[in-house]
This record gives sequence, C-alpha cells and structure tokens, in this order.
Amino acid sequence: MGSSEHVGEQLGDHLFRRESGRIVATLTRIFGVQNLALAEDVVQDAFCRALEVWKFRGVPENPSAWLMVTAKHRALDVLRRERTARTFAPELGRFLESEWTLSPAVEENFAPHAIKDDQLRMMFSCCHPRLPEEAQVALMLHILCGFTVDEVAAAFVSSHAAMEKRITRAKKILAGSKKLFDIADARDFAARLPAVHRALYLLFNEGYHGASAESAVRAELCREAMRLAAPLREHPLAATPATFALSALMSLHAARLPARLDSSGELRSLGDQDRSQWDAHLVGEGQKLLDLSASGPELTEYHLEAAIAWAHAVAPRAEDTDWGLIVSLYDKLMAIRPSPVVALNRAIAIAQRNGPERGLEEIRAIANSDRLASYPFYHAALGEFELRAGRADAAREHFRAALALARSPMERTFLSHRLAACTPAVTAAL
Amino acid sequence: MSEFVYLYRGGQTNRSPEAMQQTMQKWMAWFKDLGDKGHVKSVGQPLEHAGKLVRGKQKTVTDGPFAEAKDVVGGYSLIEARDLDQAVELSKGCPIFEVEGAVEVRPVMKM
Repeated sequence: MGSSEHVGEQLGDHLFRRESGRIVATLTRIFGVQNLALAEDVVQDAFCRALEVWKFRGVPENPSAWLMVTAKHRALDVLRRERTARTFAPELGRFLESEWTLSPAVEENFAPHAIKDDQLRMMFSCCHPRLPEEAQVALMLHILCGFTVDEVAAAFVSSHAAMEKRITRAKKILAGSKKLFDIADARDFAARLPAVHRALYLLFNEGYHGASAESAVRAELCREAMRLAAPLREHPLAATPATFALSALMSLHAARLPARLDSSGELRSLGDQDRSQWDAHLVGEGQKLLDLSASGPELTEYHLEAAIAWAHAVAPRAEDTDWGLIVSLYDKLMAIRPSPVVALNRAIAIAQRNGPERGLEEIRAIANSDRLASYPFYHAALGEFELRAGRADAAREHFRAALALARSPMERTFLSHRLAACTPAVTAAL
Repeated sequence: MSEFVYLYRGGQTNRSPEAMQQTMQKWMAWFKDLGDKGHVKSVGQPLEHAGKLVRGKQKTVTDGPFAEAKDVVGGYSLIEARDLDQAVELSKGCPIFEVEGAVEVRPVMKM
C-alpha cells in the first residue's frame, strides 16, 4: 500500500491537463503539425495507461517523465506501424526509412534540450494570423492547457456545438499550416509576439471579467494564462518589456482574486473588498515584474493597465487610492488603445476624483457607447453615479437595466443589492 | 476473515485529462481507505487489455480481446473480508462505478 499514500503531494493539481499540453507540443514537433490529431491520440493513450497502472502501483517518482516516456513508446509503435501510410515532419522522415535509425532519432527528438521550447513553439503556432483572436485563445486552452472542448465551452460560456466548430476549424487551419512556427527566426518571432501577448491577455481577462458563474473556473483561467506567460520571460527573444508588463498586470490583478467574493460567496466591488485578503506575494511579484517592464522606449497598453492595477494594489484602503494618477493612466490608455470599456473605466476614475456629476458627463461623452449597452456594469456605473448624486429614482432605473443584463447568478445578486440600496432601508420592527 | 478477488471490468477511459486524473486520485484514496481498515491483502495488478487466447486440444492461439470492451478485466485486487456480503459492500466504494464499469467479487475457495 505504501506507494499510494502520498497521492496529494505527488500529483500536482491538474498534472494530467498540463502534461497533456507539454506532450502534445513535443509530439507535434516530432510528427509534424499535420499529425496533430495523432499526437493527441498518443497522449490520450498515455493517460489511459497512467490511470490503469498508477492506481495499482502508486504514482511514479517523476510522473511527468513517466508520461513522456510512455507517450514516446506509443509514438514509436505508431511510427513503426504507419511508416508508409503517413507523412511526417521532413526532419524525421529520413530517419524513418530504417529501423536502425528510428529509435535513436526519436530519442534525440525527446531529449530535454529538444523539448525545452516546444510549448513556446506551440503557443506561437496557435496565434496563427488566419485565426480570429477568440479561436487562438480557445486553441491554446485546448491544446496547451489540456481543456476538452466541453471544458473550453464552459470557460467561455459557449455551447458545446459552437465551441467544437470553432476548435475543429482552428485545428484544421493549424494542421494545414504545414509546419509549426519557427521560433528561431527573430523577425517572425518579433512580429508574432504581440498576437501571443494579446491571446494571453484575453485568456486572463476571460477568467477575471468573464461571464462564467463558477469562480473556480475563472481562477483557473487566470492561472493558466500566468503559467503560459512564464516561459516567455525566460526566452531571450520573448523577454521584452511588454512581456514583463503583461506578466505584471496578471500578477497584480490575480492578487485581488481572493477578495472578489466575500465569505457568503457574493461579488465585492473593488472599493468594497477586504484588502487584507489580497495576495501580498502576488502584489510583490507584480511590482517586481513592473520594474522589469520599465526599460526601453515602448509603452504598451499592458504597461498602463499594470500601472493602474499597481495603483490599486498599493492603496491600503479604498479611500487612499490615488485617483489622479489612475485618471492620467487611463488618459494615456485611451490614447494608445481606445475602447468603450476603457472609456467607461476612465469615467469611473474621474467620478472618484471629481464626483458623480463629472463621472456622468464623461460617460455621456463616450464614443460608441452603444457598444456598452449590453454590458451590465455600464448601467451599474450610471446607477452608482446617479445614486451618489442623490437621484435615487434615476439610479433605480439604471440598476434595473443592469440587472436585466446580468450574466450570472453572482452578478444578479450583486446588482439586486445595489438596486435595493436605492431605497432607504426601513428598520423593521421585530 | 475470508479472501476475495475483485475483478475490475470495463469502465470508460476516453475522457478529459482532468477527469482521468480525478478518477485516479479517487482510486488511490479508495485503496488507501480499504488498506487502512485492513481489508487489502494485495492491491493487485493492472492487466493489459490485449493478449492471446489459447484454446482446445489443438491449442489454437487467437488474439484478444476476449470480451466486449465493457467486460474486459482491467485488473484485480486481493481483499480480506468477513464474508461475501461485506466484500460486496466494500466494493461499492470503487470509483469504477462512476465510469460505467463493474466489479466482480469472487470468494477465494477455502481449503
């Protein structure tokens, strides 16, 4: 029995899911991207084997290595059997001609130095310019994070059918691209890097602001985005100021995740959170990363968003927030990446600094504000300002509109409480 | 105490990595629980799903599988229990039931 006693410690959370991404990335390099589906099958087989064997004999000392070796053997079997029936990556193809060279060739391809950059290569490949941004993000979650189609659909609050279509189409484009992205080409690398940043940013945001009702799912998406960003900071071509800024913004936002829900599971707005629950370690990390991002002339939206998150993170109490600084950062953000949501957040910061009437003016001045019409927190912001300006009836209308647009039970509860706040509390007798 | 063999039959494996990891952790927790209560003589072994079948006077050799996938024995354990009823009761904690598998409980013949 001894070997199965340390289940928890030996098997990290989500080990299978994460190894899935790692191994698929390596196998795809070896088999060729056109054999993506084959790589996925081999990995699936390796997991089935692990499940069968480990449950009886316990988790091996190095589960990751065990899985990779098992996948490798399975891959060799497939190669032997299907040598003539498939086309493989050209560099592997010539080894496949003789049994003599097959094993050493595959061994070489699985060596640690060879698999080091596989995840990065796959990440860049997923951000193929022919794929829309949402498809890039879905593909990364599916291939690199080991989410099934159902799990990706749940994360994006999409139907299974719609997500399956999106992922199948994206895989077809990826598999049809003939080869994986060449991360050794510095020019191509620099050209593709912003798309990778953007995809990771969207993945993180889906977790942070997305519609998923399940807070565990949201935290998991944030964690996956942070995990995928880590190797970027270690690669000489990817460790750019923008990469550090993106990482900083993720850490600083993630630090607040534990306080977003209170003990009864209700959503808490930023000003209303128990700041002692913010993750001090992540704030520290974020601050370090923000320092590292401050080199070179480039000022990206990630720098500005990280700086805004930092300004919140360092305020011990909500009333200590430096709203002047935050407004000026939003001004800069509007200059380089304007969007109605950024404009809304800027208006909220202005209301904090100059009062609700100014906030309302700014909201009314937002260009393309029709694009915010379906966003519950647009109406909630209007309600908040009207309420603070003492116009409870107007506020009530806005909160009602917000409530009708709520995307999850959590948002619904939060907004109905705000709606209730428009009616002065009556102290009930008994 | 009497001895029993659990034969684990079937159980779908083609699921998401996350689901498979959870299933495995449940198996380990179940074995640990049985072990802590002194019911495990031997955790046993997993069995390959493919193999050969040798049959008849001619000793004809054919390839497995020998049953439909849902009935294939994927492993066995050696269990100690008071009687068949208790062995059956203990088997009900097996995670295989969550994935449409079955446990065959067979008393080891006594001398």
